[in-house]
This record gives sequence, C-alpha cells and structure tokens, in this order.
Amino acid sequence: MSAFLNLLFRNRLAAMGAVVLAVIVALVLLTPLLPLQDPDITATADRFKRPLTDGHILGTDHLGRDLLSRLLHGTRLSLAVGVAAALIAATIGSAIGIVAGYFGGRIDNVIMRGVDMLMAFPYILLALAIVAALGPGLMNALIAVAAVNVPFFARNIRGVTVGLAGREFIDAARLAGMGHTRILLTELLPNVLPVIIIAMSTTVGWMILETAGLSFLGLGSQPPQADLGSMLGEARSALISHPHTSVVPGIMIFLIVMSINLLGDGVRDALDPRLRSGALSRPRATTLVARKGDIPAPTDDLLAIQDLHTQFHVGERIYRAVGGVSLAVKPGECLGVIGESGSGKSVTALSVMGLVASPPGVITGGAVRFQGEDLIGAPYAALRAKRGDKVAYIFQDPLSTLHPLYRVGHQLAEAIRSHHRVPMAEARARAIQLLHDVRIPNAEARIDDFPHEMSGGMRQRVGIAMALANEPDVIIADEPTTALDVTVQAQILSLLDDLRRARGLAIIFITHDFGVVAQLCDRVAVMYAGRIVENGPTDAVLAAPAHPYTKRLIACVPELGGGRRELAAIPGLPPMVDDLPPGCAFAPRCDKAQEACRTGDIPLSGTPPRAVRCLYPEELV
Amino acid sequence: MGGYILKRLVSAIPVLFGITIIVFLIMSLIPGDPATAILGSYATPENVEKLNRDLGLDKPMVQRYFIWLGNMLQGDFGRSFSLNRPVLDEVLERFNATLILAGTAFVLCSVLGILAGVVSAARQYGLADKLITFVVLIGISVPSFFLGMMMILAFAVNLRWLPVSGMYAIYGGGDLPDLLRHLVMPALALAAVATGVVARLSRSAMLEVLRQDYIRTARAKGVPERRVILGHALRAAMVSIIPVLGIQAGFVLSGAVYIEIVFQWPGVGRMLVDAILKRDLLLVQGGVVFVAACYVMFNIAVDVAQSLLDPRIKT
Repeated sequence: MSAFLNLLFRNRLAAMGAVVLAVIVALVLLTPLLPLQDPDITATADRFKRPLTDGHILGTDHLGRDLLSRLLHGTRLSLAVGVAAALIAATIGSAIGIVAGYFGGRIDNVIMRGVDMLMAFPYILLALAIVAALGPGLMNALIAVAAVNVPFFARNIRGVTVGLAGREFIDAARLAGMGHTRILLTELLPNVLPVIIIAMSTTVGWMILETAGLSFLGLGSQPPQADLGSMLGEARSALISHPHTSVVPGIMIFLIVMSINLLGDGVRDALDPRLRSGALSRPRATTLVARKGDIPAPTDDLLAIQDLHTQFHVGERIYRAVGGVSLAVKPGECLGVIGESGSGKSVTALSVMGLVASPPGVITGGAVRFQGEDLIGAPYAALRAKRGDKVAYIFQDPLSTLHPLYRVGHQLAEAIRSHHRVPMAEARARAIQLLHDVRIPNAEARIDDFPHEMSGGMRQRVGIAMALANEPDVIIADEPTTALDVTVQAQILSLLDDLRRARGLAIIFITHDFGVVAQLCDRVAVMYAGRIVENGPTDAVLAAPAHPYTKRLIACVPELGGGRRELAAIPGLPPMVDDLPPGCAFAPRCDKAQEACRTGDIPLSGTPPRAVRCLYPEELV
Repeated sequence: MGGYILKRLVSAIPVLFGITIIVFLIMSLIPGDPATAILGSYATPENVEKLNRDLGLDKPMVQRYFIWLGNMLQGDFGRSFSLNRPVLDEVLERFNATLILAGTAFVLCSVLGILAGVVSAARQYGLADKLITFVVLIGISVPSFFLGMMMILAFAVNLRWLPVSGMYAIYGGGDLPDLLRHLVMPALALAAVATGVVARLSRSAMLEVLRQDYIRTARAKGVPERRVILGHALRAAMVSIIPVLGIQAGFVLSGAVYIEIVFQWPGVGRMLVDAILKRDLLLVQGGVVFVAACYVMFNIAVDVAQSLLDPRIKT
C-alpha cells in the first residue's frame, strides 16, 4: 500500500490533483462553519458587484447574492449530488453485474441484453428522457445520472464476476452448502469490491460534470437553490455584460474535474505494472549510441562486428547484454552464433543495423563495419539505405514479425520499393518471383494472402523472401526455424544453403541448436553471458570442443539412434547480465572451475582459426 | 462484405425494438395522470379526459405500446402540442442542424485527436509530447458549455472575429460562408473533450504498436521512418482507435445538447430541452427514439469500417 502511494505521489501531477481536490473538499466540508453571508439573500441594489469589492470577495450575481457564499454552497451541493449518484450507480450496477456473472446462462443473457440496449443510447438522451418523465429537479437529475451510469458498472462488474465464479473457492463454498445469497455477499463481493471502487473513482468526475450539465440546462437544481451547473446557467444571460458571474463557477467545475482526472491518471499508472518498469516507451528509429573508448580500425571483411558493447539502461540498473563481441563474415560464408536464451546473440545481431529497441538499449562501444564503413553512429539516412538492401534480417516467429493488416505481396513489394524506384506492378511481379524462389506453391494466389491465412512454414518462407527482396550481401537470420516443426525446418535450412551457394551471400545464423549449426555453418561462435567463449570451424569445434560450456552444449543434443541415455542438461542458469561475476561467467556452473577462474579477465586465445576463453580448456587449441 | 453489412443490419432490429421499449417504459414512469401533467393542474376534467382518449391513455399499456410503435413505423410520431406540428417534421428539421454541428465536431475530434496522438507518441517525452499532453489535460477537464461561453467572450465579444450565436445571420445570411462562420466556435467547443480523449488513446495505442515485432521488421527492411509511423504503426493502431471513435460519437452527440443551448444552435438537443421544460412529452419521446436509432446505425457503420480495416475479423 505504501509502495502504491509512493508511486502515486512520485507522479507530481497526481499529487497536485490530490492537493487541489483535498483543499476543495475541506472548504466544502467547512462551509457551514465559515463566516459567509446567506447564499440566498437577494439585494438587488448590490447586483453585479465586481470581484474584490467590499464585503464580496468574488462579487455578487444578478440578484446581488454573494458569489463566494453561493460558490461554496453550490460546490458542496454539486459534489454531494455527484458522489451520491456515483454510489447509487455503483450499488445498483454492481448488484446487477454480480448476479448476472454469478448465475450465468439465461439470467445473464437477459440482463446483459438489457444492458446492451441501454448502452445503445447516447447517455444524455436517456438522462433527458428520465428527466422529461419525472420532471425537472435536482433529485430527478440525480436519479437520471445514476441510471445512465448503471450499465457501465453492470458490464464491468459482470466481467470480473464471470472470471471469479468459475474459481475453486466458489465451488468449495457451494459444496459446503452455502446459499446463493451468502456466496454472493461473503465470497464474491469482497473480491469484486476493489474493482468497484476503482470504477467509481474514475466515473465520479463524470457524474459531477453530468449533474452540473443537467442543472446548466435548467433541468436540475431549481432556484433559489443552486449547484455549480445552475449558477453557470443563470449567469449565462449576463455573460457578455458581467462575465465574472460565469467565470467563477466555471473555473470551480474545471478545477474539480481536472483534479479528479489527474488523480485518476495517477491511480491508473500506479496500478498498471507495465508502466512501473518504464517499458511503455517506444523504440526509436535507430539504437542510441554513446561510445566510449577507441574505435577499432577497419578490416577487409564484408561485415565485421568489432569489440561491440551493447547495454540496456533500465532505471539505475545496467544490463551488459553484449560485452565486447567480435565476429566477421566474408562473401559466401555462413557463420553460426550459438548460445542459450539471454546469451546476447540476438542483441548482437540487432546491433548491426541499429535495431536494438532504444530506450532502453544503448551501444556503448566498438564498431560494426560493412565493407569497412562504420555503421555504429552512422546517420539514420545512411543506416536506412543499407537496411534490407545490403544487410537483411530474417526473424523468429513470423506471425508477430509480419504486419497483420497488410497482404504479404504488399509487404514484399514495400521492401523492394523502399530501395528501388519501381512501379507497383513491377514490384509485384518481382514479389511473385520471390515467393517462387522460396518454393511457395501457387505464388500468384498466395501473394494476396494476409499473414494469418498462411501456415507457420509459409510465413517463414515469406520472411526469407522479404530478406532476399533486394539481393542483399549479408543475411542475419535470428533463429528463423525455432518456431517450426522438424520437416519444415529441414526444408528451410536447405533453401538457405542453396541461396547462399547460388548468390554468394554471407549468412550470420543465430540459433541455440548445434544440430542446425552442423548442417549449415562453416564456422561457429559460442556465446555465453554476452561474450564469445569459443569460436572456430564448425567441424573442429564439434569434434573437439575446447570450452567446457561448448562441450556441455554439444552433449545436450540427443543423438538419433543413440539409444536411451540421460540427457545432459547443464545445471544452473546463465547469470544475470546486470551482475556479472569477475572472471569466467560460466565458472559457477562449471565442474572444472578453479580459484583462478573467478578472478580477473580471461582473454580469448588460441591459434587461428580457433580460439577459446578458458584457463583450463578441454582441448588445447 | 455485403453479407456482413446485412447481418449487422438484421442484428440491429432487436436493439431498435429495445430502444422503443425503454423509452416507452421511461415515459410511463410519469407520476400521476399524464394528461394532467401535460395540461397542467388548471385543466378542466373534460379536457383531461379528452386528451387521455386522444393519446390512447385509457387503453392497457401493452396495447398502447403497439399502437405507438405501429404509428411510428408508418412515419407518424404524433403531434407536438407546443409547436402544433407533426413531431417527425420538427425532429427531421432540427436533426439536420445537429448533424451539421455534431458531424463537424466528430470529424474535427477524429482528425485532430489522432494527429495529436501520433505526434505525441512519435516524439515521446519530447517538447511536442509534453505540450500536447498538457493541452489535452486541460481539454478533457473543461466542461464544454463553459468552454463555449469563454470562446464567445474571447472571439465574439472581445475580438469580434466570429458571430455570437445562431446558425445563420438573421439578415443577409444563409449561404455556406455564413454557415461556416457560425459553425467554427460551437464545433470547436463541442470537439474539445472528444479530441482530448481520442488524442490520449491514440498516443497509447501508437506506443503499444510501436513496440511490436512487425515495426522492427519494417525498419529492418529499410522502410523510411515516416512511413513506419504513418503507415505500419498508425494502421495497426487504428484497430483500437476506431471503436473509441464510435464511443466518442455518442459523447459528441450528447455534448451537442449543451453547445446548442450556449450558441443558440437550432438543433435537436435544444428542441428536447425546450420540450421537457414545456412538458411536450410526445416531442421528447419521438426525438429520443429518432436520435438513438440514428446512433445505432452509426455504430453499425463503425463496425463495418473496423472489419474493412482488420482482415482478421470474420465477416
């Protein structure tokens, strides 16, 4: 609770709203005790006194009544009526909602149909009809406003109750022989109450405004009694000659509604867990760059990642997702990057084209060079021109990575037209050709499918076709087959392999599966906790893994026809990258670890093409 | 598509019946004798009895409902006693004026609200975002009738840019420019709150969408950022914005009642308030049923728009 309040008041606007509202409520509660003039005593000689005249701080109205006194009494009335309407609406609406949700079936059906009918009205029409039937008057306006808001509560509370009614504790109560009434009152109501209170706090402002509105129309409080709405309504005829009589009650309504809104926003933000972590910020077009240290010199590789550091800054914490990774590919080469989830392999891949979500991502060091040109910190236009044209991505899970509302043909054509000025018809013809290339049968028809109309394997092929659209030099494939079943996976891998040989494109293939690496990759780099722990030619690494982690990872792959044996899972979990231990990050899970492993930085060493980051490697390389 | 529209139209029939039943039930809440309520307490017993017979009030309730419904289906909404003309004629004439006002305000709140929301999301935590958030907060907190009055003070009385009230100038008005000059202030005052609500929702919908994987895909294939925001992201965000536009249409229609009073706009809302104060119940009844029915139809149009936008909705 105190954490909740803290969060609420950290939001300065919400705190301001709370203070303003508290002042107004205190003033209103104290009104009968304050030395005010009678709000209803008329003095026509003193009419329309301007504010700050003697004896009338806020001036007087068209009948010479003291505005300050009328304002406070009016506010008192408006607040009381609004809160009363909220209480009535919440009580009746919640009762209807609980009954409908608890009993379900026919009762629920009939009640909710009725609620739907009521919600088919613009709210004021219903309120006007009720006032028309009952006649103008504050009490009738209150009834109208409450009645109009009943459906809102009924629907909300029914939704919550339906969820609760199926839960075990309700069944248990029923089995214990409790009657319906008792279950409703002692089991359901206490659980629904918080929702009712939140719904009330968000609607009470509305109800104050709605009753004020009806009074403004002359359908609510009748003279001489005045609430804020009728004060404004009476002042309207003198708006042009004596604006202060309108401004005073108007500003009061504004203050009340605004403070309730601010407070309500604060409550909502404090209750929404997504906002708590600050995750609801949108990623920028490119990853933020704040490089410290020297920038490595260019090499003659096609694409070179050099001593890359990428971090996530979340509040005070810094997660070192990538801590100095160097990788390179030449044309026609396939490099595998392997590691468990959270080892930093995807972040490394996304850093290349500045696609790490930012905030919270920041690239803090190193370089990414495409044909020698540094991409880190390159201006957006330069980066965009290369995205998809020189370096293309294939992502995991194509259901979420393809846009759900565009046809696949449109998405393919767009990839082409983002880099080449070609007419739509030409782009479309090319898109059909691409779908043929990735062996989608009946491409002419499938091109007008939406992603949700395709199977998982088909969607992944579309993802590959999209990466190939501009015949890039490098493709970065981030677990492109993880979401697929084995036969489809095999097809897609052979497809990628063919394309590489036919077009001489370089592939960086990210996976957690050594089987896939063995099938496709010339070289492999093993990542752990944001760093490379071993790399070398695939055959050599598979035949004689040097790092204990690599060895354990290979042992995890079950061998087909290898008979029944224990699956060699690696005990423990990868470390959190905001709190890396000194020395080898794998040491806590390694059975070979010595004291020396837990101190100081361990370099990547060995004779090229192999290297390992280990003091006591399984094999000397 | 045609089949879907037809299906939605058919499903509206029970709702329309429901509306007539609810209005009828509310009107039968009238305490005491309706004829006395209409004629006032000084009416002679003969007059009361005659009116009761004219209104069919001496018959049982269910029968009365079906007579009323049958007449309405034939286009007979009864006769307004205070205006001494058919209810439907009056409602249609007034609804036309309301449609001009509320329709303009609805277009304004949709366009301005979505625009503000998109800018706000694309420049999150930037100056534009803070400015928009502040204006929106004020916008959703000012009662529309107070805002309207303040606009009259500022732009009609002090600056003399725009006319104080009415739909046309009394002398020499009646053409389109005259209508537009009269429309500016009431439409803006009416749109203010809804614009704020739409802007807020659009902002959060855009922020939600911009974090999705398919936005990263669009960026990865080199789509220019402007197209990413205004194409990919906005299109996906519209899926959650459109239903809110439907709800806001209801609020705009409701708010029109206040604005019509403040600006002396000859619309259906002002007609209803006058009718209530004069106890012209047939006029209230007919007006409410007519406007609610139009609103139901509008919501069907919103659903159809939604299904056109989102192919995942089964049509």
